[in-house]
Amino acid sequence: MTLGPIGFAAPWLLVTLALLPILWVLLRAVPPAPVRRRFPGVALLLGLRDEDSVTDRTPWWLLLLRMLAVSAVIVGMAGPVLNPRNDGAEATRDPLLIALDGSWASARDWPVKRTLLDGILAEAGRDGRTVALLTLAAPEPLQFQTAETWRSRLAGMQPAAWAPSDQMMETAGAQLGDATFETRWLSDGLERAGRDRLLDAFQARGDVTIYESSAPLLALAPVQMSDGALELTAQRARPGNTRDITVQALGPDPAGVMRVLATLGMTFQPGQTEATGALTLPAELRARVTRFQIAGQDHAGAVSLTDDSLKRREVALIAGREDREGLELLSPLHYLERALAPSADLLNGALADILPASPNVIVLADVATLSLAEKSALLKWTQNGGLLVRFAGPRLAASDVSRTTEDALMPVRLRAGGRTVGGAMSWGAPKSLAPFSENSPFFGLPLPPDVTISAQVMAQPDPTLADRVIAHLSDGTPLVTRKPVGQGQVVLFHVTANAEWSSLPLSGLFVQMLERLAISAAADLPQADDLAGTTWQPVQVLDGFGTLQDGGTLPGVAGETLIDAPLGPRLQPGLYAGPDRRLARNVLGVGDALSPAVWPSDVTVTGLTRAMETPLAGWLLAAALLLLGADVIAALALSGRLLPTRAAVGLIALLLVTPHVSEAQATTAETLSAEVTLAHVITGDAQLDEMAQAGLRGLGETLFYRTTVEPAPPVAVNLETDELAFYPLLYWPIHADQPTPSANAYAKLNQYLRTGGMILFDTRDADIAAYSASSPNGARLQQLASPLDIPPLEPVPSDHVLTRTFYLLQDFPGRYAGRPVWVEAAPPDAERAEGMPFRNLNDGVTPVVVGGNDWAAAWAVDTRGIPMYPVGRGYAGERQREMANRFGVNLVMHVLTGNYKSDQVHVPALLDRLGQ
Amino acid sequence: MTDAPVILRSRAEAEAARFPPLLARAEQLAGSVLLGEHGRRRSGMGDDFWQYRPVQEGDQRRMIDWRRSARSDAEFVREREWQIAQSVLLWVDGAASMRFSSNKALPEKADRARLIALAAAVLLIRGGERVGLTGSAVPPRRGQAQIMRLATVLTQDDAQDYGVPEARGMLPHSRAVFVSDFLGDVAPVRAALAKAADRGVRGVLLQILDPDEEAFPFRGRAIFQSIGGTLAHETLKANDLRDRYLQRLADRKAELATLASAVGWHFHTHHTSNSAQSALLWLYRALSGGGVR
Repeated sequence: MTLGPIGFAAPWLLVTLALLPILWVLLRAVPPAPVRRRFPGVALLLGLRDEDSVTDRTPWWLLLLRMLAVSAVIVGMAGPVLNPRNDGAEATRDPLLIALDGSWASARDWPVKRTLLDGILAEAGRDGRTVALLTLAAPEPLQFQTAETWRSRLAGMQPAAWAPSDQMMETAGAQLGDATFETRWLSDGLERAGRDRLLDAFQARGDVTIYESSAPLLALAPVQMSDGALELTAQRARPGNTRDITVQALGPDPAGVMRVLATLGMTFQPGQTEATGALTLPAELRARVTRFQIAGQDHAGAVSLTDDSLKRREVALIAGREDREGLELLSPLHYLERALAPSADLLNGALADILPASPNVIVLADVATLSLAEKSALLKWTQNGGLLVRFAGPRLAASDVSRTTEDALMPVRLRAGGRTVGGAMSWGAPKSLAPFSENSPFFGLPLPPDVTISAQVMAQPDPTLADRVIAHLSDGTPLVTRKPVGQGQVVLFHVTANAEWSSLPLSGLFVQMLERLAISAAADLPQADDLAGTTWQPVQVLDGFGTLQDGGTLPGVAGETLIDAPLGPRLQPGLYAGPDRRLARNVLGVGDALSPAVWPSDVTVTGLTRAMETPLAGWLLAAALLLLGADVIAALALSGRLLPTRAAVGLIALLLVTPHVSEAQATTAETLSAEVTLAHVITGDAQLDEMAQAGLRGLGETLFYRTTVEPAPPVAVNLETDELAFYPLLYWPIHADQPTPSANAYAKLNQYLRTGGMILFDTRDADIAAYSASSPNGARLQQLASPLDIPPLEPVPSDHVLTRTFYLLQDFPGRYAGRPVWVEAAPPDAERAEGMPFRNLNDGVTPVVVGGNDWAAAWAVDTRGIPMYPVGRGYAGERQREMANRFGVNLVMHVLTGNYKSDQVHVPALLDRLGQ
Repeated sequence: MTDAPVILRSRAEAEAARFPPLLARAEQLAGSVLLGEHGRRRSGMGDDFWQYRPVQEGDQRRMIDWRRSARSDAEFVREREWQIAQSVLLWVDGAASMRFSSNKALPEKADRARLIALAAAVLLIRGGERVGLTGSAVPPRRGQAQIMRLATVLTQDDAQDYGVPEARGMLPHSRAVFVSDFLGDVAPVRAALAKAADRGVRGVLLQILDPDEEAFPFRGRAIFQSIGGTLAHETLKANDLRDRYLQRLADRKAELATLASAVGWHFHTHHTSNSAQSALLWLYRALSGGGVR
C-alpha cells in the first residue's frame, strides 16, 4: 500500500490507529501521581471532599505526547518506506528474473548496482514475487526464491574479473526453461556476441528492463616495451569529450611497501576511444613495477599487470683480459655486450664490487683464476640462485682450473690445452654444431649452417658429463655444459665469447642461446605454440575490483590456453608462473577494444540512479522512544519529582568537570620557543605532577623577581608525544611506579641531552640509599636512566660552576638538605686555572643533575605565591627554602649561560693580555 | 542563630525609622494607668497645664480656676494634660505554620510577622510606651534594652503546628497586638479575645498570609500537608477545591473581623508579597486609633 511517496510493508497494522481514541480516554482515566505539597492552609481544607470522583485530567499536551509516541510506534511497525520502488505500473505477481552481467566492467558501479539490486529485491519482497538471480559471468541453474533469501546473500556477491563469454551466455540462455517471468538486466554496458540471442530469449518470456550506467568505462591494455619506454594504451567504451586520465605505476618501494612509483597523464581526444602515452623509467624502477592502473577506476579492466617481459635482468660482464685496449672487436666482451645490451642491464666492474649488487647473471669471459675470497663469494651467490656463465679462452685453457678435480664453479673437468681444428696448422675442417637434443634448453633453435668452431676446450670424460652437456659439436664433443650449483647453475661455453675460436658469437644463434639461458629476457610475448605442454600456476589473480588475490589454490593452466583462451573461472586474469618465467594475463588483450552495448529500440533502458528507497521504521521508532523519554520527564515534572533546576545543573557540571593535567600540547611551538619554558616530566602520579608543576611555577616566579630570566608558565611534558627541543631544563621527579618510556621516547631524550638539554633527576627520598637500588625511587631511577646517554658522574665539586652561576652556594638543599648532588664528572686533566678559585671544568653544561632533595616541594607555590609545602622548621626552614630557590636560580642560569660563567675565570688574564 | 536577634532588630529599626514616633491612643483611663513622662496632648489627669476652657454645664464648681476667671468676666476651668504610659502587649505566632513561603523571593510569614511586630515595638518604645509580650516571658517595659529582649524572644520558634494566642498576663486596659496567620482553630482566638475584652484590653489582629494561601494556585492530584506534618489532606483535583477553599478563607477572615469588631479590636490581613511598611502603617494608624475600623 502506498500513501503519496510512502509505502507500507504491513499496512494492516495501521488499523490499530483506530484504537488511539480509546487510548486517549484510557490515559485520561489514569491519574497522575499525587504531588506532595507543604501548605499551611490545609487546615481550611480539612473535610472538603472532591465533588468529582474522576481524577484530574492529564494535561492535554502530555496526552498528545503519548498519543504521538503510540502513533509513531504503530506507524513504525507498519514498515513505512519512502519512495518505494514500484516500476511496474500495476503490481504483478509474476516471478522476476534479475540478470547480472557480473563482469569486471560491472565492478566500477558495483555499490550502486548492489543498492539498486537491493531496491529491486525489496520491492519484489513487498509484492510477494519470487526472484531468481542469474549472473552471466558464472551462470547457474535458475532458482526462484523469495526476495529476502536473495537479499541475505547480496552482501556476498562480487563481480567476476572476466566478462561473460559467448559460451556462458549460451549456457544461461539454455537454462531459462519455459516459465514466464519479468526480466531486469543489470548490464555492464559492453557489447558481446551472444547478447542479442539472450535478449531474445528473455523477451520471449516476459518484459525486459535494462539497467545500464551511462558513466564512461575506461580500461587499460597490456603495457608494451618499445625502445626502452613503456607504452601505455587506455581504451574507453564510448567516444566522448576530452578526458584526462592518470595512469599509475605501482610497485614495492625499497622497504617492500606498495607505492605509486610513477604516474603518467594521458588524454582521450574528443571522439577517440583510445589514448596512448609513453613512460620512461629507470631500469631499477621499472623492474619493480608490478602493475599499472588508471587512477580512480576500481575494476580489473583498469589494471594491467606486468610480468617478466618488462623486467630486464642485470648481467655483470667480467673479462679476464683487460689489457687489449684498442682492439674492440677482439675484446672478449664485445659480442656479449652487443647481444645483451638491448634486453639486459649490463654491469661492468670488478667482481668484488659487483657481487654485492646481486646481479642476476655473471658472465666470466676467459677468467681462469679467482682469489679465494672472490671464489667463495661467487659460489655463495651461485648457490643462492645466481646464473654463472663462463666462456673459455686461452687463459682458461692454459690454467689448471678444474684439471684434476672438478672445480666448484666449473661444470666439467677440462683437459689441458684444448684443441684446435681446421686451422692452418691442423687437420680437419672447423666443426659445426649438432642439433640440440630434446632436454637441452636450446631445443628447437634453428642451426645456421655458417657457424663453425675452430677451437675449444675439451671436457674430461666423466660419468656425469653426458648429463651436463646441453650443446654438442657435430663430432660429439661438448660445446656448452651446465651444472646446477645449489639453487643456481654454472654454464660453460667451451669457446671464447669473441670470434677468435668460433663464429658462434657472430650469429643470431648466440643471441637466442643467451635468451634461452634466460640471460636476456625475451621482449615479446611467447606464442601459444611455444607454451604447449607447459603448465602455468596462478600466483596472483585479479578480482573484479582489480585487487590482487592469492592464486595458489587455483588449478594450473595449460600453456597453450594461457595466451589466447578467453578469460573465465578456469583462466582468471592474473600472474602465472611457468617453468622459467612469469606471464601476466590481463583483462584486456593487446589488440582488444571496448565497444558499447547497443540495445534494440523495443527494450526499456534506464539508468542506475533513482529515488532512494528509505525505510522510515527506524526513524519512527526512535522518535517514539524520544517521545516516551520526554513523557517520563514531563510526568516527573508534573508530579514535582524532577530535580530542581539548580541541582540538575550542578549535577551536570559535576559530571562535566573532570580533573586534568595541563599538557604541553595545548601550547604551540611558537609560544614555547618565544620564551624560556621550564618543563617537568609527567610521571603519571597526579599529585606528584601537580607538585612538580607548582615547584616550577615557584622557581619561575623566583627567577622573574631576581633575575632577567622571565620564564613562561611551566608545562608538563609527555615524553612519548611532546617535542622536547623547546625546554632548556626538564625536571624529572622519580616515582617508584612511573612507567618506563618507550624506546622512541628514549631516542628523543638522548637527542635532547646531546643537543644541550638538561634533566634534573629528583628521587625525592633525601638520598637515603645513596643511589643504590635499596630505595624504591633510587632503583627506579637506575632503571629509567640506564638507556640514557649519561656521562660519568661525580658529586658536585666545591669549585663547580653550578656553585657560582648566580649565587655563591656550597650546598643544594630542597625539602631535604645536605645530600650530595651529582653532575657530570670533570675530565681527569682538568686543572686549576692559575690563581683562580676553581678549575676550568667541563666546557659544556652537565647534561644531568641527579639528587634526592625534593626541590620541587621546596619551590612549590600556589597561585597566590604562598609556599605549598613546609620546609624545615621556623626561620631555619625558611632559610633552607631560600637556599633551595637559589639553587634553582643557579641551575637555570647554568643551563642558559653554558660555560660563560666558567669562562669568567679567564677574564683577568684576557684583560691582562689586552693591556699589553 | 546568635546573630538573628541582632539582624532582626537592625531591620526593625530600619523599618521604624521611617515613621514619626507613634503614641498609642489611650482611650481608657483606669486604675492600671501609669503616668509616663510624655503628655497625651489632650486634657486629662497630669501635672502639666494643658489649657483653660470655659466652664460648661456639668462642671463642678470646684473645678473652676478662680485665678484665671478673675482676670475676665467668664469663668474658666483649668485642664491638665494627660500623662500616661500605655502598655502594649504583643503576641507573635511562632508556630510551624508561620514558617512557610511559597516562593524563595518571599519571606516566611513568621519573618514578616516578627518584623512588623518588632517595628511597632520600636516605634512604641520610642514614643515612650511600655511594650512587652503576652504571657510572662517579657513583661512590658520601656527602654532600648526591652527591644533587645523582645527581639531575642521573638526569634524563638514554636514547635506546634498552629499557634494559639497567649492571653495570659494581659494588663487590664492595655493594648494588645496579635500577629498570626489565624489559619488554625479559631476557638482559642475567640477565647483570648473574650478574655481580653473582659479586661478591657483593646487591640489589633494582624493576619499575615502568603499569596499562595490567598490564591490557591494548585492543580491536579495532590496531598497537602501542614508544615509540622500533623495534618494532611489528599485531593484528586486540587483546582476543584479552590473555590471552596477561598470561600472558607473568606469565612475565616469574616469571622475574625466580626470577632474583632465585637470586642472593639481591629483586624487586618497582610500578605507577605506586599511591603512590610504598608502593614506597619496600618498598625500605626490602628494603634493611634485614627480612622481604622
